[in-house]
Amino acid sequence: MVPLAYYLTLSALLFAIGVVGVLINRNAIVIFMSIEIMLNAVNLSLIAFSQFMGSPAGQVIVFLVMAVAAAEAAVGLAIIVVIHRTRESINVDDVNLMKW
Amino acid sequence: MTLAIFLALATVSVISAILVISQKNSVISALYLVVTLASQAVLYFLLGATFIGVLQIIVYAGAIMVLFLFVIMLLNLKRDEFGPDKKKGQRVLAFLLTLFLAIEILAALKIGLSGGQAVTGVSAKLSIGSPVEVARSLFIDYLYPFEIVSILLLVAILGVIVLVKKRF
Repeated sequence: MVPLAYYLTLSALLFAIGVVGVLINRNAIVIFMSIEIMLNAVNLSLIAFSQFMGSPAGQVIVFLVMAVAAAEAAVGLAIIVVIHRTRESINVDDVNLMKW
Repeated sequence: MTLAIFLALATVSVISAILVISQKNSVISALYLVVTLASQAVLYFLLGATFIGVLQIIVYAGAIMVLFLFVIMLLNLKRDEFGPDKKKGQRVLAFLLTLFLAIEILAALKIGLSGGQAVTGVSAKLSIGSPVEVARSLFIDYLYPFEIVSILLLVAILGVIVLVKKRF
């Protein structure tokens, strides 16, 4: 059995990679993907805790996180499509005004 | 044996996550994201969380990634649209801050795992992650959050329709 600490370390690394992705990218879609990486990193630590503590509660939370992530991806991508329609760009530096 | 599989999967998921955030072309990022998500699904199987592992493949690597690829192709992005970053210092600062964040998380982890009661290897029953156990918990203890998620999904569907509709 792999120790719990290994899973949590992997989760921390993936979360940090997601944070770097949000900070260094200018493409709104890649920023979205980085957010998905962060959500998945947290899911991994929840599943690891759930299995090691012998309680299914963590898995239920992961189930709910997946539903929220699906809703978030749908709404976020719709917003990106609308931004691209009005500004012809999805570079986040171009989207610095609430109203044009 | 399990440790070797874990290390292989961890390497694959970390490397492909790094490749996701360092690509110029969004389609290639999306495909590497599928690799990350799939290797995490196998990690869930390794932990014994079979239900969540299957869900990860169907919902994340399947549905959400199709949505991403569909939008990337719909927008028809030029490859050089983003070019080199204008603010060079920002990138260095981002790496530094994230390094501090990672050190902070790992330090918290080390303190948390050394103090208090150790949870390491208490039960790790394989049946915890089975669909039966998860469904029992979901429909008895967590029924209310489950119903709220259904409302959230309905609101998301309506929101997307309202957002992308041109005129009413």
